[in-house]
Amino acid sequence: MIEIRFHGRGGQGAVTAANILAAAAFKEGKYVQAFPFFGVERRGAPVTAFTRIDDKPIRIKTQIYEPDIVVVLDPSLLDTVDVTAGLKDGGIVIVNTEKSKEEVLEKLKKKPGKLALVDATGIALEILGLPITNTSILGAVAKATGLVKLDSVKEAIKETFSGALGEKNAKAAEEAFNKTVVYEL
Amino acid sequence: MPIRTVMKANEAAAWAAKLAKPKVIAAFPITPSTLVPEKISEFVADGELDAEFIKVESEHSAISACVGASAAGVRTFTATASQGLALMHEILFIAAGMRLPIVIAVGNRALSAPINIWNDWQDTISERDTGWLQFYAENNQEALDLILIAFKVAEDERVLLPAMVGFDAFILTHTVEPVEIPDQEVVDEFLGEYEPKHAYLDPARPITQGALGFPAHYMEARYTVWEANENAKKVIDEVFAEFEKKFGRKYQKVEEYRTEDAEVIFVTMGSLAGTVKEYVDHLREQGLKVGVAKLTVYRPFPTEEVRELAKKAKVLALLEKNVTFSVGGALFQDFSRALVNLDERPKIVDFILGLGGRDVTFKDLDEALAIAQRALNGEEFDEVNWIGLRKEIL
Repeated sequence: MIEIRFHGRGGQGAVTAANILAAAAFKEGKYVQAFPFFGVERRGAPVTAFTRIDDKPIRIKTQIYEPDIVVVLDPSLLDTVDVTAGLKDGGIVIVNTEKSKEEVLEKLKKKPGKLALVDATGIALEILGLPITNTSILGAVAKATGLVKLDSVKEAIKETFSGALGEKNAKAAEEAFNKTVVYEL
Repeated sequence: MPIRTVMKANEAAAWAAKLAKPKVIAAFPITPSTLVPEKISEFVADGELDAEFIKVESEHSAISACVGASAAGVRTFTATASQGLALMHEILFIAAGMRLPIVIAVGNRALSAPINIWNDWQDTISERDTGWLQFYAENNQEALDLILIAFKVAEDERVLLPAMVGFDAFILTHTVEPVEIPDQEVVDEFLGEYEPKHAYLDPARPITQGALGFPAHYMEARYTVWEANENAKKVIDEVFAEFEKKFGRKYQKVEEYRTEDAEVIFVTMGSLAGTVKEYVDHLREQGLKVGVAKLTVYRPFPTEEVRELAKKAKVLALLEKNVTFSVGGALFQDFSRALVNLDERPKIVDFILGLGGRDVTFKDLDEALAIAQRALNGEEFDEVNWIGLRKEIL
């Protein structure tokens, strides 16, 4: 079973990202589970969401304490939240940032096995005209983890957002997929 | 073909309602259940569900409107949680006493104070004496299925009681999981049209409903609710069997998992059963003889099945997200009563845990197991144990 934790801020769509990733993996025949940290969400406040993906039905209902993969939708969270808390040894960290590998690593309390960086905010602003990074970051997740195909992500995005909005968001995911830089550490 | 997709339990509940084709839905929003009426109102607005959606000013009015509509002779549905269900309290007795087969979906949530929107079972457990049938779902598929099953059982002429289906706040209501949406035609075959023979409005045949019951009749009216609860046991088995035949998913009042040769059997309800199944697998790998039993049906209380279960274990460890003050949890009371007159019975150890959304982890279950093992070894143990308490802030 693969466990993924998303860190974002209220309004950036971290919960939707977790749900879309689950939907994408489900399309590929996996069993999935996605849920928000059960808090009281407020715009701008740190938000956590989770996805589980497995080859067999997922029965466990606890929260996720030792993720295999951590996804950070907002670069400013690196300064305030310990995003690598509980990260498994050799785990993957995916960050939306304009900063360099060195600058990001300096802010992480635990060194991951793999680090993926993408300017998802830039891509979202360019394609959507809004700094909502949930769909772009999923392109980076597909690229860095190979857990799901980009096509499945795009399909799941288009099912979540209908019409032109879906097309644009799918394009943002593809753009991020192409621009994500992955570092093996 | 059934549609396989991913959705939250709240959406699954709304889909179940849509498939059951109620004529009246009356609801008032409350966390964590709001999405249920929200989604149903979409179905109604989009013309996908031919029903009257009544927006009301409180849960008391929501259930009152359901009582009125059900008494007028149509299938009715609502959804609520926590304080909302508590506000319905007096009308719940009326719905059962008037023998109205209303179904409520409840996103099981703690009761104030302190204010808490998260999961435990205090809301539905506190309504266990209203006469309503109670089902608890382990996952989103069960939430959908049990609502269909609840309608079928509730409307059976041998039962005619309202039913509530509980599914855990956030852990299920807001969690996305795979769900199979059954075919409308198969659901139509399973449920049929609701044809009331006892409660309806017909100017050609006027009847009085909800009338005064004098001392000469009140007790008999109450006894028929008792009898209907007893009848429901057999009807539930029949409906479960029919459901399995039509939809391929098996339900049991008490579902056992790896209880063969188990010395300690955990007993629980709702989504916690999923976590405990994983925990039991983990313990079995270490060679421990443990199993788990899940109560899918809590009212009527499955006394016979519990007595069978009791024969299999030396210790029953009850894991429950509710409190009956100075007693323990409600299950402790129910299990004690079910087993008290048996010559041979297992030890019962009660664990209160997961209140107000406190996550129940393997570490918590380890704590419970250690106490259950003391009981197993004939050592002293506390009958009622609060698990996962943060003693440092007490």
